[in-house]
Amino acid sequence: MKNQPKARLATAWLDGCSGCHMSLLDVDELLLTLADRVTIVFGPLVDAQHFPENVDVAIVEGAVSSQDDLRLAQTIRENSKFVIALGDCAVTSNVPSMRNSIAPTRLLERIYISGATAQPGVPTQNVPALLRAAIPLHEAIKVDLHVPGCPPSAAAIAHVLTELLEGRKPDVASAAKFG
Amino acid sequence: MSQTITIPHVTRIEGHARVSIHLDDAGEVSGAQLHVTQIRGFEKFTEGRPYYEMPAITARICGICPVSHLLASVKACDAIMAVRIPPAAKLLRELLHCAQFVQSHALSFFHLSAPDLLLGMDADPAIRNIAGMIENHPQLARDGIALRRFGQQAIERMAGERIHPSWTVPGGVNKPLSSDAREAILSDLPVARSIARRTVKLIKSILDKFPEEIASFSNAPTMYAGLTSPAGELRWYDGLLRFVSQEGEQLAEVEDPVDYAEYIGEAAMPHSYLKAPYFKPRGFPAGEYRVGPLARLNVAARCGTPEADAELAEYRQRLGDRPQSAFFYHYARLIECLHGVERMERLLDERRILDTHVRATAGVNELEGVGIIEAPRGVLIHHYQVDEHGAITWANLIVATGHNNLAMSRGVEQVARHFIHNGKVEEGMLNRVSALVRAYDPCLSCSTHALGQVPLVIDIHGPQGEPLQTLTSAPAMSPPKSRPPSSA
Ligand code: SF4
Repeated sequence: MKNQPKARLATAWLDGCSGCHMSLLDVDELLLTLADRVTIVFGPLVDAQHFPENVDVAIVEGAVSSQDDLRLAQTIRENSKFVIALGDCAVTSNVPSMRNSIAPTRLLERIYISGATAQPGVPTQNVPALLRAAIPLHEAIKVDLHVPGCPPSAAAIAHVLTELLEGRKPDVASAAKFG
Repeated sequence: MSQTITIPHVTRIEGHARVSIHLDDAGEVSGAQLHVTQIRGFEKFTEGRPYYEMPAITARICGICPVSHLLASVKACDAIMAVRIPPAAKLLRELLHCAQFVQSHALSFFHLSAPDLLLGMDADPAIRNIAGMIENHPQLARDGIALRRFGQQAIERMAGERIHPSWTVPGGVNKPLSSDAREAILSDLPVARSIARRTVKLIKSILDKFPEEIASFSNAPTMYAGLTSPAGELRWYDGLLRFVSQEGEQLAEVEDPVDYAEYIGEAAMPHSYLKAPYFKPRGFPAGEYRVGPLARLNVAARCGTPEADAELAEYRQRLGDRPQSAFFYHYARLIECLHGVERMERLLDERRILDTHVRATAGVNELEGVGIIEAPRGVLIHHYQVDEHGAITWANLIVATGHNNLAMSRGVEQVARHFIHNGKVEEGMLNRVSALVRAYDPCLSCSTHALGQVPLVIDIHGPQGEPLQTLTSAPAMSPPKSRPPSSA
């Protein structure tokens, strides 16, 4: 088993709070065994600048809320064999979707005009436009596995990763939690 | 030939960020900006929600420091209820908060910044990460995992969950600490303390290897803001918000939390979703001030625990009373880590820590409440206004990383000027620009009330500001590729 090539794993933060990634880190010592069998080719904890090709598993946290999120989600789908929606933001769009009843312009005005005591004005340079609504990942791309929870427990994430490494489809229901 | 340099992904920070560096015809840096590219709008979409839902909602601003938002939020709710929470509740909230400081600082040092400090700023990006640390510095990687687990496990034992727990509530906490939980945390503490001790030693031993970074990382004087006791002792959970000049002169002191608004203004920035707070008496942008570990140790007279204070004395002997370089955030952060472990032990030995009366109950008695706390990355403020039924009519959230926005932006320009000359740009140099941002350990999810991808995009612009090149540092070390200019 030792000389088996390492699986190529990518992780991505779209419109999430990083809590799902922290839960991934909460597998604690399992990180060491995973490091032997997995190479992280993209994500917040590594320095890759662009989403690579032929990724085996892509774990995506967060809703799709901005143009950047949408572009990255599509890039992930195009380059990954297996895409996992990790956490309620990706699965149901959760807290980010609380803005959906408010027109983006009104949201931005409240924060950058009435909410500013100097240079009031909505930022536009080099920042991605907001989509009309924050949507779950599966409304943007095809998702192969949903892992609910806010965040999903480290045990659920560990179960998913170890099952996938053994080539089996994880049974998420056993370790899932909601909210 | 003028260039536009794009660092597409500032990695190993929490949140989206992009840097654009402008070069002139001689290839020298004429300007640089930090763009934060994520926004959610908690201040707007929470209008109409009952105030007691705010802790659970605002925790979701950040998965790395949810406890900070929970505590700032419940403190604002306490003010709306106009209650004094039971003594045991105050102790337990502070205990939870110290555990969070230890885990968050451990994450920042071991998993996000150590790859630069130990594998090298010019190390191959493909290994300059947690996996590279596990391979090249296994003991240190294990220390990082163990110290972070100590903090997270303590949080789990107290509050039931490591991330977004619902233990802290308006009026206190919703169940007492069990003696088993207390014993378990105490039994893990000695190992955590020894890791914290040896990591402070480690940072001291490598400081001299980074003269250029020390000289160029935001090494300009600024004001500092932080919470302290009336006697000037470091405070994280509750204290007076003080503003101090680079020379140590006190400029302002906020006793009643609601008065923060007299001293803190917020400027919108045309190129970033991250607003920039400033010290109102000095106006924008002169009123630039910094928060977080470096700032706290520049504002406080001492930490208040023996080992941390011994380290603080050596820190000041070596660097002076108020060190300026953002590089020293790493050193200050690790002293605070040691202080957090010491403080937890003292709190666990408090006589009332196992009291069962841990929650005060009341209705809406005030239509406004402000909670101020020190999050690991700096001062965090939740300000709510409600109607008589307790529904939020207006909310303002000023989060830790936002305070550092002006200093970070100026720091990015300073680093770029220092490391980039006559248009020559190597990946290692660009990683130093990212490393500067990392030194502030920004939690950009908090700073724009939204969190997303970690990438930093660095656009290189020509003299007329036209985008010329996107520099990408693909996993394998490769020279900058010139690409059609990315849409600004
Ligand atoms: S599901 Fe919860 S923990 Fe995960 S990113 Fe969303 S808010 Fe954060």
